[in-house]
Formats: sequence, C-alpha cells, structure tokens
Amino acid sequence: MDNGSPDSDFFYRTDYAHDVGRGLSEQTVRHISRLKGEPGWLLSFRLKSLEIFQKLAMPDWAPLKKEDLDYGNIRYYLAHEQFPKRNWEEVPEEVKRTFDRLGVPEKERKFLAGVEAQFDSEMAYANLKEDLIRQGVIFVSSSEGLRDHEEIFRPYFGTLVSSSDNLFAALNGAAFSGGSFIYIPPDVKVAQPLQAYFRINAEQFGQFERTLIIVGENAEVIYLEGCTAPRFETTTLHAAVVEVFALAGAKVQYVTVQNWSDNVYNLVTKRAKAFEDAEIRWIDCNIGSRLTMKYPALLLAGERARGEVLSISVAHNGQRQDTGARAIHLAPRTSSQLIAKSLSIGNGAATYRGKIFLAPSADHCRSHSRCDALLLGEEAISQTFPEIHCQGEGCTVEHEASVSKISDEQLFYLRSRGLDERGALGLMVNGFFSDLIREFPMEYGVELKRLIEMEMDDIGSGESVP
Amino acid sequence: MGVLSLQNLSLRQGENILIENVSFDIDGGGLHVLMGPNGAGKSSLLKAIAGHPDYRPFAGQILLNNVPINNFLPEERSRRGIFLAFQNPIDLPGVSVAQLLKSARQARLPPGEVFDVISFYNEFYEALGSLSMDRSWANRSVNEGFSGGERKRCELLQILLLKPAFILLDEIDSGLDVDALGLVGKTLRRLREAGTGILLVTHSRKLLDFLAPDSVLILHGGRLTGSGGPELAIEVERRGFQMFAKERNG
Repeated sequence: MDNGSPDSDFFYRTDYAHDVGRGLSEQTVRHISRLKGEPGWLLSFRLKSLEIFQKLAMPDWAPLKKEDLDYGNIRYYLAHEQFPKRNWEEVPEEVKRTFDRLGVPEKERKFLAGVEAQFDSEMAYANLKEDLIRQGVIFVSSSEGLRDHEEIFRPYFGTLVSSSDNLFAALNGAAFSGGSFIYIPPDVKVAQPLQAYFRINAEQFGQFERTLIIVGENAEVIYLEGCTAPRFETTTLHAAVVEVFALAGAKVQYVTVQNWSDNVYNLVTKRAKAFEDAEIRWIDCNIGSRLTMKYPALLLAGERARGEVLSISVAHNGQRQDTGARAIHLAPRTSSQLIAKSLSIGNGAATYRGKIFLAPSADHCRSHSRCDALLLGEEAISQTFPEIHCQGEGCTVEHEASVSKISDEQLFYLRSRGLDERGALGLMVNGFFSDLIREFPMEYGVELKRLIEMEMDDIGSGESVP
Repeated sequence: MGVLSLQNLSLRQGENILIENVSFDIDGGGLHVLMGPNGAGKSSLLKAIAGHPDYRPFAGQILLNNVPINNFLPEERSRRGIFLAFQNPIDLPGVSVAQLLKSARQARLPPGEVFDVISFYNEFYEALGSLSMDRSWANRSVNEGFSGGERKRCELLQILLLKPAFILLDEIDSGLDVDALGLVGKTLRRLREAGTGILLVTHSRKLLDFLAPDSVLILHGGRLTGSGGPELAIEVERRGFQMFAKERNG
C-alpha cells in the first residue's frame, strides 16, 4: 500500500479527452449521463439529486457551511475514457506512471485478489483474478456495474443513502462517476482483499465516486481503499457515497486509508446494512485532507447482526477531522462496537460524533463505544459528541471516553533511553493507536505506522538544548 | 576504563537549592552507594546526571570520560552510556517492551549501519531468560499494570540490552521480595564485574552486604556530608541520618 507515502505528492500533467468544464448545471449533469450512456431512470435520479442539492443546506452542527465552497469553480468530470482497461499495458501513459509510482501493479501481484484504480472521474484500470470471475464475483467500476449488471445494481442503488440524506450525498447523486461495484455470490469467501485506489490528479476538481457492495448470503469479502492527491493551493472536493449490503450470514470488512493532501475537502457518506447474522466492520483511517466529515453508519436490520466501526484520525496543523460513527439497531440481539481514536497535533482539531440508536424493535442488544483522544501541543483541540437513544428492552449500552496528553515524564523516560524527542513522541503515538492498527491488514499496518510517524514532523521542537 | 565525575555540582529548582557543591567520581567497575534521608536530593541528583530538563546544574560540571556533558540532551547522555533506572518508572500505554528496546537500540546505531532484527531478538530473549522473565514480556505495554517488582525487572532488562557504561539506580530494591532482591543483587554484581560503574541509591542492608560497595556517600540537605566504606551504612542504620546533618568525613 503506498497511498500516502511521502511520494504521493507528485503530479504529471494530463490532457483529458473529456472535460465538462467548471460548475454544475442541468446541462453538465445531462452531459455526464450521456457520456456514460446511462438509462433514463438514472438520468432522472441525477436530475432529482441536483434539484435537492440546490435546495439543501448544511446542518447547524457542521463545521462547514454550504457557501464555504465555490461550486461554480469546480470541474465535475475529467476523464480519458468512460470504462476501465483490464490490461495494465492499455492504460494511458501518464495514468500508468502515476499508479506505477504509487506501487499499484506491485501490490496487485503481491497480495490482492483484485485492483481498481480511479484517476480523477473514472476507473482507469480494473482487474480481478480469473478464479474469482469464474466463481461469479463481480468487481468492476460503477458504470460497468450498471451497464452489465443492471438487474443486481438497480434494486440496491441509492436505497441506503438517498440523495436527500445530506448536501454532499445530493451532490454525489447528481455528479457521481467512478467507484466500485462489487457483488459476491452466496457462500463465496474471497480470501485476499480487493483494493481500490482513488487518485485525484487535477486541480480545482471534484471526485464523486459511488461504491456499491453487495455480499451474498454467507459470503465474505475485504475491500480496501486508499486515497491520495498531490498538494495544490486550490480547493479540491471529494464527495463519495458508499453503500454496503451484507446479506444473511455475510461478512464484510471495509478498510479505508485516507491520506488526501491538505487542500482536499473530504465529505463522504458511508452506510452499511447488515441482515440476519451478518457482520460488518468499517475500519477507517483519516490522516489527510483539510476537512473530513465522515461518520460510517451501521444499519443492523437482521437479528443477531453485528457491526463494528474502528476509526483512527490524525489532525495536524490546520486540519480538521470531523469523524465518528453511527449504529442503528433495528432488530433484536444485534450488537455494535464503535471505537475511535484521534490525535490532534499543533492547532489541529479532531471531533468525534457518535450516534447510537436502538429502536423499540431492537431488544436485547448490546452496544459499546469508546473514544480516546490524544493531544499534542497546547492549541490542539478534541471534541466529543456522543448521542445515545435506547428504546429497546433489555439492552446494554456503554460509552467511554478519554482525553490524554503525553506527559513530560513519559518523554523524559524515553529520552533517557536514547530516543530523541521526535522518536519518543512517535513511539507514544503509535502506542496510543496500536490496538487499532493491529486490526488493519498487515501490509497496511506497517505503512500506517510510518504515516503516523511522519505526522510527528508537525510538532515544533519543544525541549531544546539548555 | 571510563569515569563519570561530578565536580562541585549545584542544582536548584526556583529559589530552592536542591544540590550544593557535590563532587565525586564513579569509575568503571566501581560501585558507590548514595544514602540520605527523604528529601535529601538523591533522586534530583540522579535525574540531573541523566539530563532531566527540570534539573539543570547552575554551577559545577558533570564529566563523562573527561567530556563535560552539562549541555547534552538526555538522549545523548543515554547513547554515550549513562542509564537511569527510575524509582517509579512511568507507564507507556501501548508501547511494548520489545518496541521500546528496539527503538532504543536503533537510536544507538552508528550511521550507515543496518539494524539486525534477528540478533536483537536473540539477545532480547537471552536477557529475558537471565532475569527469569518469559517471552510474553515482549508484547506487554511498558510498566502498564506491572507490579512493583516487575517494573524493577523491566529496568534491569533495559540495562542488559542497552549495555550502559554507568548506571544510576534509584531504589531499585524498593518493594521487592527476597527472591527478586537476590536477582537484582546478582545482576548488579555481574554488571560490575563486567566493568559497569554503578551509583546505587538504596536503604537495603541485604543488598549492601551482598554487593560490598567501594564507598558509601551520605547526602543530607543537598550536600555530601559523609563518605566512607561500607561500615558507614551500618552506622546509618544504627544511629540514623541526624548525625550526618553536618559535614563529616569518615
């Protein structure tokens, strides 16, 4: 995994065959839909979403107002082609160079069952191992999913995250392009992860991928996504929508390592629905972006469904990570676990918003949430907003929270063992996250530790020579 | 063999003078015991030698092999061979014992040299074995949930792996049972035989009898008011520190 290595900040000039220009209007939406050759029902969906987007505002609690972003100055669709290549050699040269540099083909050979690589608006490359194709696994771009598998795609699409859900879900509904469509047939257990790389290459651009994952009864899959972009002075927008369905007895892990550059607004809606005995885990790591607003949700709709949201966020100087989790218990004997750890560095701000709702129909459920914040620096900010509504009978709901700092005595202890200040802080911070990092696939865990250590560069040198 | 010397060292915290005009030498292979009533400044002196930023000398010198180290950062002192074993070592949540030691060893690596993980673990397991610690220690968070005895053992483990030239032990014996005390004694004796210089703050007669120190130093009110052979420790035990309130050389 190389999303987020120091070398992710690079840029190759690119000429796009398709550029719908700046600003979003009915005309742009129609243009995007026509390019993709979409059916009428989807165009209607897009236009309806656009209408909703124009009317909706941001909620009062949001750290971002609608007018904070200049929607007229963003480019909504940039692509070479509408459909991805299956063969690496056919990928356009500058795109290939970018993903080569991020180590994509190498990772694919080493430990992935399938790879997709999105460059700005479209997937440029998508490939899945032969034996999985034979077993009926589908791993394609969302446009291909719609074109080739409409009968599976349509009944699920937009049913978990409607365009009226929030402003950026509406924007995504109007302008979406790219993202993965995954279908795992019943009883198929995909041993190696499927990975998608999301790369924003262009300036003043919006990436609006839409991912739909349907995991059949007793099937299993792990999906990894990594997000990177080069650093620009101008604003870039990433507003994705992800819908995950885990049918009875299915197991899904959705792992994100987001390391967008500091000019990216990352406003993402992620929701998963678990049927009877299904299990869903969101493992979410937010390191980059100017502002992230993301609260992966679990809809526990079938009896004994289980869900987990594990989240790591790091807010360095000038960054705001507004993250959290939601667990909606609708059925009896469902359980949820939400664990969030955040690190705020310098004047970085990390906010946790947790919402746990247990419906009257959800009896004998369990929910446990914990959020731990670590502050580095006098100006670092951490906020926690837990919200719990329990209407079900016989439920156990727990919430714990903590805020801590690395003490001078801890630092001195480590320095007296020979570690310099940066090394000491890095070790303590990795210690703070260690139990969650263990939950990431190993290749990611190693990289993650390194990424977090790199964040230590943001700390001013506190103690110096006397 | 090296020498760690304090020359007319004085420390203060705010207006408060903690240490005044203290001088002594510790040679490689030497073992010196520092005694004194509570608040005499023993821990402050040890922290100052290790470079704690709150305990900076305002007068006098600390010399390591004739190099003045007053201005050295704690990590530089550590890498040059000074080790402070804390009286109450602090918890490092989530940082495993193996990680701590790996990082500390890596910090000592000469430039250009590659860290040899395999030989590190071989040494690590050997050191664990010699302190009757099992391998599960590798993954425990440093000091978190450790008993008093386990904390001390973990300090010794670090000494064995970091191989300092001089060790400063702040009441390494406190809270230890007889068996653990025996282990501490044996480990220190071994280190001393290998040429390590030791400064030991202790009240334990058992440990002193076992180790037979080269000298005993009495610190009272921040000043060295007595020094002598092991018999001084016996005298302290019999008659208390009061008689050392004023300077007196034995």
